[in-house]
Amino acid sequence: MCGIAGCVALRDRVGPPAREDLVAMVGALRHRGPDEFGLYRDARAGLVHARLSIIDLATGQQPLANEDDTLWVVFNGEIFNYVELREELVALGHRFRTRSDTEVIVHAYEAWGERAFERFNGQFAIALWDARAEALVLARDRLGVRPLYLREHGGRLWFASEVKAIFAGAPEAPRAFDPVGLRETFTFWTVVPPQSVFEGVTELEPGHVRTVTRGRTVDRAFWTPRYPAGPGEGFGASLGVAVEQVRAALEQAVRLRMLRSDVPVGSYLSGGLDSSLVAALGRRAKGGRFLTFSIRFEDAEYDETAYQRAAAALIESDHREIVVRRQDIAAVFPEVVAHAERPLLRTAPAPLFLLSRLVRDAGAKVVLTGEGADEMFAGYDLFREGKVRRFWARQPSSKLRPRLLERLYPYLARSPVAQQALARGFFGRDLDASARPGFAHQPRWQSTASLQRLFAPEVRREAERVDVTARLLASLPAEFARWSPLAQDQHLEVRTLLGGYLLASQGDRMLMAHSVEGRFPFLDADVVELANALPPAYKLRVLDEKHVLKRVAAGLVPEAIVRRPKQPYRAPDALSFLGEGAPDWVGDVLGADAVRRAGVFDAGMVERLWRKCRATGAGEQLSNTDNMALVGVLSTGLLHEQLVRQAAAGGADLEFRTHVDRLAERGSAPLERQAGSA
Amino acid sequence: MSIEQRVKQFIVENFYVSDAAALTADTSLVTGGYVDSTGMLEVLGFVETEFSLQVAEEELVPDNFETVARITAFVERKQRAATG
Repeated sequence: MCGIAGCVALRDRVGPPAREDLVAMVGALRHRGPDEFGLYRDARAGLVHARLSIIDLATGQQPLANEDDTLWVVFNGEIFNYVELREELVALGHRFRTRSDTEVIVHAYEAWGERAFERFNGQFAIALWDARAEALVLARDRLGVRPLYLREHGGRLWFASEVKAIFAGAPEAPRAFDPVGLRETFTFWTVVPPQSVFEGVTELEPGHVRTVTRGRTVDRAFWTPRYPAGPGEGFGASLGVAVEQVRAALEQAVRLRMLRSDVPVGSYLSGGLDSSLVAALGRRAKGGRFLTFSIRFEDAEYDETAYQRAAAALIESDHREIVVRRQDIAAVFPEVVAHAERPLLRTAPAPLFLLSRLVRDAGAKVVLTGEGADEMFAGYDLFREGKVRRFWARQPSSKLRPRLLERLYPYLARSPVAQQALARGFFGRDLDASARPGFAHQPRWQSTASLQRLFAPEVRREAERVDVTARLLASLPAEFARWSPLAQDQHLEVRTLLGGYLLASQGDRMLMAHSVEGRFPFLDADVVELANALPPAYKLRVLDEKHVLKRVAAGLVPEAIVRRPKQPYRAPDALSFLGEGAPDWVGDVLGADAVRRAGVFDAGMVERLWRKCRATGAGEQLSNTDNMALVGVLSTGLLHEQLVRQAAAGGADLEFRTHVDRLAERGSAPLERQAGSA
Repeated sequence: MSIEQRVKQFIVENFYVSDAAALTADTSLVTGGYVDSTGMLEVLGFVETEFSLQVAEEELVPDNFETVARITAFVERKQRAATG
């Protein structure tokens, strides 16, 4: 896995891309791919690549071209079915120079054009430059595992795996927060592509391909999610058959991710069902040493050590652990934010940053994780909560129906009457809107959105130009209303939290911070299609979450893990920044000067929040809202300091393994290629 | 300062509401997102100390604590009951 970047002229008389801009871009991405660097440049376009070598270590360098050097590619990710596609392409007469999956992309595009991307089972961000047609083609995998950012500036389109590379390539372009992106973040916990938190910067939507030719840009979806939209659609067989098919699909997804690698593949182990199942299947797919990695917490409230060790013992893995304390979270938080490139409302990415460091220090480059299982197989409380609230909404005056909430949140049954009344007020709002899209998500979105009360007046005014919830709900697929309520909730979860937070802030960014590639069997194209086709009751059986998956896992993972109630992954939030041992920068970032400089929040309100947190912090009685508010304000401030106020440093001292500069070669044919000889 | 002003000032300061004008006497504190379940305990603590009251558990219901206006009315009722 890697980092990619580049730019292309959008009109005539723009001039060729400057070599130093391209070098600065790839330099800003070197954490994503420290093994080798590559550059291609001609009069209109430039492509750069930072490589983390995983497949075809000897000859898989990029940028890479077709047989006659007219079509160039840079690529971040993996095409797991590249072996099968290669056979197809060879049969069609294509000749290959390497054993890499990258070369398959070039030939697949030649053979099938934009239809190539829907054939890829993988996680990818791709840039193809057709030098003859002067067309740039950008594509991103179905669910957005791999990032791809875009910006138009100075007559060019700039693109990169991370925003910091775009800023490094065009340091003269203004850098500022986009209030609408902030509003989305302080509603959904994430922006929703194409929106970003930076003005002028957008994100290519997952499952989309963009074609850029002179004066014309076209975006097209090459994949759209499908769920049964009526009787007779979807998976028609029994639950038993579903269990067999899900197991087979998962085994195949894990096998592809274990075997399609020329370096060892390990696994994360959270102590929950999903990663335990993935690790167990990974262990079976390939013999030899199998590394597993876990986060332990000093705070017992978040710790899952016993389950992690039970899973590791059962599959006999070579198990590594890291113990995370509050001060560790505070110490790395600035780096975490710089990698995440967006405000965070939770510190949960920080332990994952430390975990990928553990992986790298163990000499590993690739890990499987259980990410995606909760979205595909309905693991979240939100889905159960939505089901209970819809059931309640059919008889809003019922005193009995809301008591089902106690099944979801057992603490409610033990809570004082007051808390119960409050909970009923919270979950019982808008019951008359139970048929409307977003019904299950609204309580969460609304309570997060209330944090916008911290915004400075001018930011609030700008942000309110777009009703972000209405915009999201207006962008849903045409069939959405015909999907089951569970499918609707799943889709919204995938569109918001999975893509923008779990796969980005907790996923790609934290993994790539230490040059580690994550692979996600639950997001395999075939697994997703099968999971989406299943009847809702196979996934959420009454209120039993991930029912079909638990049946698949039986016998493969410790029984205690199959039976335990789902524990959401969490880390100490605001408490990491309070009390003795909290770093000095916390006070600086929350100080009136820094808050005014960042220009997002009202300095007086931040002062009140900070005073309150310090006063109550020692007693550990901070509310959920205070936690999110403090982490949100801190991360926004850190982001401003590190990405907006200053541009990322360049990469002046890079050595290029692949270096194709058509401008330097002008008049001196033939093309001299410096790559691929070693 | 009236009871209502004191309650509102507490909400605005404790829950860092920058646009105080948007918080009216009838704004729902819970569904409006200002006060979550832990926050409600902060409101309770404020009411008891600021107005020297004891709030019984069964009194801590939305009818008494949903909005600034309701909290104000509740405090007034309690004070009347104490003096009357």
